[in-house]
Amino acid sequence: MTDQAVISPVNMRAPKSHAWWNAVNAWLLLLPAAVLLVAFTHYPILATIKHSFFIAKRNGTQAFVGFDNYQAMFQDPIFWKALVNNIWFALGTVPTSIALALLMALWVNRNMRGRGFLRLAFFTPTVLPMIAVANIWLFFYTPDYGLLDQLRGLFGLPGWNWLGDPRTVMGCLIVMVIWKEAGFFMIFYLAALQQLSPDLEEAAAMEGAGRWTIFRRITFPLLMPTTLFVAINAVINSFKLVDHLVIMTKGGPSNASTLLLYYIYEVAFTFQDSAYAATLTVVLLVILSTLALIKFGYLDRRIHYQ
Amino acid sequence: MKAFGQTILGGALAALLLSAHPAAAVDLTMYYPVAVGGPVTKIIDDMVGRFEKLNPDIKVTAVYAGNYTDTMTKAMTAMKGGQPPQLSVLLSTDVFTLMDENAIVPFDGLVADKSWFKDFYPAFMANGQIDGKTWSIPFQRSTIVLYWNKDAFKDAGLDPEKAPASWDEMIAMGKKLIKKDASGNVTRWGVEIPTTGYAYWMLQALAIENRQRLMNEAGTEVHLTAPKTVAALDYWVDLSRKENVMPPGSIDWATLRSDFLEGKTAMMWHTTGNLTAVKDGAKFNFGVAILPAKEQRGSPTGGGSFYIFKSATPEQQKAAVTFIQWMTAPEQAAEWSIKTGYVAVSPAAYKTKAMEDYAKGFPAATVARDQLEYAVPELSVHDNGRIYKFVNDAVQSAVTGTQKPEAALAEAQAQSDRVLKAYK
Amino acid sequence: MNRRTHPIELVAAWLLALIWLAPLAYAFWSALHPAAYATSFSLSAPWTLENFSRAWSQAPFGRYYLNTIMLVGMVLAGQLVLSTLAAYAFARFKFKGSGIAFALVLLQLMIVPDVLIVENYRAISALGLLDTIPAIALPYLASAFAIFLLRQTFKSIPQELVDAARVEGAGPLQVLWRVYVPLARPTYIAFALVSVSYHWNNFLWPLIVTNSVGSRPLTVGLAVFGAPETGVDWSIISAATVMTMAPLLIAFLLFQRQFVQSFMRAGIR
Repeated sequence: MTDQAVISPVNMRAPKSHAWWNAVNAWLLLLPAAVLLVAFTHYPILATIKHSFFIAKRNGTQAFVGFDNYQAMFQDPIFWKALVNNIWFALGTVPTSIALALLMALWVNRNMRGRGFLRLAFFTPTVLPMIAVANIWLFFYTPDYGLLDQLRGLFGLPGWNWLGDPRTVMGCLIVMVIWKEAGFFMIFYLAALQQLSPDLEEAAAMEGAGRWTIFRRITFPLLMPTTLFVAINAVINSFKLVDHLVIMTKGGPSNASTLLLYYIYEVAFTFQDSAYAATLTVVLLVILSTLALIKFGYLDRRIHYQ
Repeated sequence: MKAFGQTILGGALAALLLSAHPAAAVDLTMYYPVAVGGPVTKIIDDMVGRFEKLNPDIKVTAVYAGNYTDTMTKAMTAMKGGQPPQLSVLLSTDVFTLMDENAIVPFDGLVADKSWFKDFYPAFMANGQIDGKTWSIPFQRSTIVLYWNKDAFKDAGLDPEKAPASWDEMIAMGKKLIKKDASGNVTRWGVEIPTTGYAYWMLQALAIENRQRLMNEAGTEVHLTAPKTVAALDYWVDLSRKENVMPPGSIDWATLRSDFLEGKTAMMWHTTGNLTAVKDGAKFNFGVAILPAKEQRGSPTGGGSFYIFKSATPEQQKAAVTFIQWMTAPEQAAEWSIKTGYVAVSPAAYKTKAMEDYAKGFPAATVARDQLEYAVPELSVHDNGRIYKFVNDAVQSAVTGTQKPEAALAEAQAQSDRVLKAYK
Repeated sequence: MNRRTHPIELVAAWLLALIWLAPLAYAFWSALHPAAYATSFSLSAPWTLENFSRAWSQAPFGRYYLNTIMLVGMVLAGQLVLSTLAAYAFARFKFKGSGIAFALVLLQLMIVPDVLIVENYRAISALGLLDTIPAIALPYLASAFAIFLLRQTFKSIPQELVDAARVEGAGPLQVLWRVYVPLARPTYIAFALVSVSYHWNNFLWPLIVTNSVGSRPLTVGLAVFGAPETGVDWSIISAATVMTMAPLLIAFLLFQRQFVQSFMRAGIR
C-alpha cells in the first residue's frame, strides 16, 4: 500500500504540555489491548522461562533446581524425537506447499476456463477445521477398507497400515498438511502476481523469451519477497499445528509422528508435569524467536514493501 | 409437668417442620470414560436418570470425557484448576497417582457398614485396596478374552467349538486360518492383538501367562527386562514377523472390533467390554474363551472404578456413596454387564434372574468372569500415565520392527526407573 | 496474461483441482449415504439424512453450534474494539516508547497464544474462569495482527479529512469514529473473515480449557464425538464432520470473492 498522505502528527508545533497530554491519550487508547497482551503473551513467556528452573514438589511448593530440567530434557529420547520430527515435518511441508501454491496461483491468475472453479477447489481446504480434515484423511489411510488401500486394491497391491507404520506415518501426515495449507499460500502469491506489471512480461515476450525463461528470470525473482514471507509463515505453522495428532496417531506409533507442541501438551496435561512442560516450551520459544528475528531483523530490512 | 409437656410439643413441632422441609438437592459432577463400542453414553444417562428419580435430592451430571487417559487428564486438570468433580470413573490403576496428588478420599470413613466391600470380587477390589484402606469401588471391570469366529474355524477345518488353549496352539490354529486371495494377499489373518490404546495391558497378559509379574506390590518397580517379559514380547512380535499369523505393524484398538466383524481376522484379543457390541454386530457364530496359557492361564483385570474426590463436601461425599452403592447394586451391575459385556462386579449380580436368564441363552457372558480365577491386578504404579506410555512405546517399537524387543524393553525400563525413583 | 492456455495445462490444472476436492467430496458422500456404502462407491447407493439425525442425537451439536457462535462473536467484537483503539494510538499519536511498544505487539505475531498453553492455562484457572467461553476467548482478544493491519490502514487516510473533522470541533475519539473507522471498512471486513475462520476452526486451546458441553465449541465436540475407542462408524462421523465445517464452507461458497480478497488484503504486508 502506498503511503500517500503526509502524516502530520497531532501535536506538531504544539507546546510541551500538549505532548504530555498526547502521550496520556495514546497510552489510554493502548491500555485495554496492552493489558491483555501482557497477560497472555508477554507475562506467560517470562513465567515459562522462570518455571523451567523449578520443579513442583508433591506438597505443592516449588523447588529451585537450576538447569536440572534442561539436563533431563537433553537426555530424553522422546524430546529429541519430537524435535527431529518437527524439523522433518517443516522440511517436508514447506517447500512442497510453496511450490504447489505458486503453481496454483499462476494457473488461477491466467485467463483459463473454469478459473473460479480452480480457485474454489484450491482454497477450500483453508476454511476447514484441522479436526475435520484429520477425520477425513483418517479414513483415507485406514488399512484395507480405507480409500487409499481400495485404490491400491484396484492395482492388485496389498493393503498397508499407513498410519501404523513408523516409516510411512510422517509422509502421510505431511501430504495431508500440504493439502490443507497450499491453498492458503496460493492467496499470497495471487495477491503478489496481481501487483506485477504486465509490461515487463510483454517486453520480454517481444524480445522472444520463452515462458519458462520469463518465469525464471522475471516473475520468480519479483515474487521472492512473497516467497520468503510465505516460507517463514509456513515454518511457524509447522511448529504450531498439532490438532491432527490428537485424533489420528496421538504421536505414535512409538513417537514416530510426535511433534514438539504435542509433546508439550502430553507432558503438561496428561502427565501433569508442568515444570518439564515449561522447559520444553522454552525450546519452542527459542525456535520461534529465532524465526522472528530472521523475519523482522533481516528479511524485512532487505525487502522494501511499498 | 406443664413445662415438660410444652417442651415435648415444641420439640415435636420442630421435628415436624424440619422433616416437612425438603432437603436442598445435592449436585454431583462425575467424569467417566468410554473405551468400548456401543451406545455406552446412552446407557449411563439412562441409569443416572433412573437413580435421580429414586433419589430426588441428588442430582448427578455425568460427563463423558473420552478414553481412560483423557478422563484422567480432564479430572486432574479440572482439579488443579480449582473446579474438580465430586466423583469420577477412572482406571483402577490410577489410584497411586490420585493418592499422590491428594485427590481422593477412602471409602472407609464414608460407609456405615464396611462389609459392603466384601460383596465385590476380590480380584477387582485388589487394585483399590492400599494400606488397609479402600480407595475405589469397581464399576466397569474387565479381563482380556479371546474372541473367535466359529464359522471361520469350520471353514478352515478346525473344530469350531474349541479355542486355542496354549500359545503353540494359537500359532498352529492361526496358520490354518490364514486365507489368501488370487494375488497372494492375505484376506483373513489368524489372530490380532491390539498395539495402540492399552498395549501395556496386552503385554501384561502375555507376561502373566509366562508366569511373570510386571510390577511390585508397592507400585515402585517394574520388571520389563526380566527374561520372561522379554520372551512374552518376543512371542507377540513373532506372531507377525515369524509365524505370519498376525498382520505386521501397528494394530489399532478401535478398529480391531470392525476387523473381527468384517472377517479380516479369525481371532482377536480384546476387552470383554466389547462383548455386547460384538454380539450385536456379528453376522457369524462366534465364541469367547479364556486366554491361552504358556506356563499358566492368566489375564490382568482392567477397566474403571469409582473414586470420590477429597474436595467434595461431606454432604456431597455421602450422596456420592449413595449413588455408587446404587450403581453397583446387583440388579444394576447385572444390567450394566448385560448391556456392555463388562464383568458384573459382584457374585450376587450373577445370581440375579436377569443375569441367569441371559447367561443361559448366551454362555459367552460368563467367560470373562470365569477367568477371574486366573486374573491378576492390572499394572499399577505411581505416575502410571507416564509408565504406560513407556511400555506402549516399547511394544509399538518392537511390533513395528523399529527396535528389537529386548532393546525396546530395556529403554522403557530405564525411563521407568528414572521416574519411579522419586517414589521409592 | 491473456494468451491461450495450452490444452495440456488446462487439463493438468483441472485434474489437480479435482484431486484437491476429492477428500471433501468423500466426506459428503459418506455423510449422505448409509453406513454400508461408506466404503463402496456404487452410483445406485441410496441417499439419506439419517447419519445427520443420528449424529445430532448422539451428541449435543446444537449446543456446540451455539457455543461456537458465541465464542467467535465474542472474540471478533473484542478484537475489533481493542485493536481499533490501539491502532489509532500507534498511527496517529506520537509518543515516547511507541516504537518499543509496537515491537512488543508484533511479538505476538510469532509467539501466538497457542504455544503458551501451559502458562495461559494457569492464568485462566487462577482467574477462576475455567470451562467458560470467555476463557477460550481471552488470550485472543488483543490481536497483534489486527493492530498491525489497522495501523497501516489508518496511516494511509488523508490528513485533509482529519483536519476537516477537527475544524468541525471533533475530539480525537470522534475523529476516530467519524473518519477513520468508516474509511477502514475493507480492512475490517478482511480481518473479520480471517478471524472468524481462525476461531471457528481453533482446537487445541479450547480442548484444554473446556470440560463440559456448556462451553465446548464444535471442533472439540467433534473430536470427543469421534473418539476412536468407541469403534468407528464412518458415516456418522462424516456427518458430524460435515456439520462442523458446513457453516464456514457455505459462507465461503456464497462470499467467495470477499473471502479471497480478505485473505489477500490481509496478506499484503
